[in-house]
Amino acid sequence: MGYVLDFGWLGDAVSLIASGAAMTLFLIAVSAVAGIVLSVLGAAGRRSRHAWLRRAIAGYVELIRNTPFLVQLFFIFFGLPSLGIRLDPVAAAILAMTLNMTAYTTEIVGAGLDAVPKGQREAALALGLRPRLVFIKIVLPQALKVIYPALTSQIVIMMLESAVVSQIAVRELTYEADLLQARTFRAFETYFVITLVYLAMSIGLRRLLVAGGNRFLSGGVS
Amino acid sequence: MIEFTLWDIIRNLLLAARWTILLSAVAFAGGTIVGLLILFMRISKRLWVQRFAEYYIGLFQGTPLLMQLFLLFFGLPLLGLRIEPWTAAVLGLTLCASAFLAEIWRGGVQAVPVGQWDAGGSLGLHYLKQLRLIILPQAFAMTRAPTVGFLVQLIKSTALTSIIGFEELVRTSNAINNATFEPFKVYGFVALIYFALCFPLTRYAKMLELRALKH
Repeated sequence: MGYVLDFGWLGDAVSLIASGAAMTLFLIAVSAVAGIVLSVLGAAGRRSRHAWLRRAIAGYVELIRNTPFLVQLFFIFFGLPSLGIRLDPVAAAILAMTLNMTAYTTEIVGAGLDAVPKGQREAALALGLRPRLVFIKIVLPQALKVIYPALTSQIVIMMLESAVVSQIAVRELTYEADLLQARTFRAFETYFVITLVYLAMSIGLRRLLVAGGNRFLSGGVS
Repeated sequence: MIEFTLWDIIRNLLLAARWTILLSAVAFAGGTIVGLLILFMRISKRLWVQRFAEYYIGLFQGTPLLMQLFLLFFGLPLLGLRIEPWTAAVLGLTLCASAFLAEIWRGGVQAVPVGQWDAGGSLGLHYLKQLRLIILPQAFAMTRAPTVGFLVQLIKSTALTSIIGFEELVRTSNAINNATFEPFKVYGFVALIYFALCFPLTRYAKMLELRALKH
């Protein structure tokens, strides 16, 4: 028996695939922005004078980094309602992705902050800038430039990881694939096409981020 | 209706964790073997071989593991192979691990100074012997921390095999949750078990990293 590949269903599926891809991009856009903003706070907090704050952030980072994203997602979506926190699938997915993203980028941003020479801070303070301004205007921009490639990779990894939020019925790319293959009975062809879409999205997203970095960070990134 | 005590939940989860550990170990071993092959291709002098390895790595790093598992699970039967969740899980994780490990080790190989190759050559060593006796030991020594780090990532990735129906920790926890309706407790324990598996390895990787920095 020979199996004949059939892509005849593809024409009708384009709009479904596009809407799934849009949802995936929406999820990663929101959680990347939220995650990076939070991780700047996290990385700063990890270097604060208060030991309890440092310890709390370190604990959070280790907890997230040492458990699977899927379990975090299930815990948030199925587990939190028993504490009275009921989230709809999209909100749960964004929360889980943001929490996950933040843990990884806190480490990355922290490494960037440590890479900025001490003299920069001291020079800025000597010019009479307030400490908060020194952090925002002097230290952070230099740190961001150093870590930009690592952040780019982390965003792409998170986008690929977001495929599992289909498991709580968020209508993103993988979920649409599941629906499609159930309707067409062409599981292999469906997942093949969707895999290619993911590949194109990860290559495109990386290019976009690198181009954006070259444009907005002085001196550019590799 | 069967009553689940707390101990029943924990005991069943721990029993299921054995499969998570076994799958991680098998995939890591398989990934090491295939990863070495990919590494050899990646550092080969023939351009097309190099390119192939590059695309292989790019493909596995640029698509979701879940899609890779689905493709194997639904694709291999088309070739007339009977496939079960365990086979698809092992195969998928092995291939994925091989791409990541090859890329990690390539970094190590490239970090070995060229003089080491030259020295090996001047001793009259054959290419493979240069690689085996001189280059790879140094490359592996340099990349021990990221390799252990990847093992942590691999253990976490085994959770995805629950979606294609492999009975590991997460799939068992879903079943227990459906019977007990105590998701907070069940997934909390699952997270703790993963943490107990991964955290010591993360610590070990950190220690290796710090030790490497000292030298």
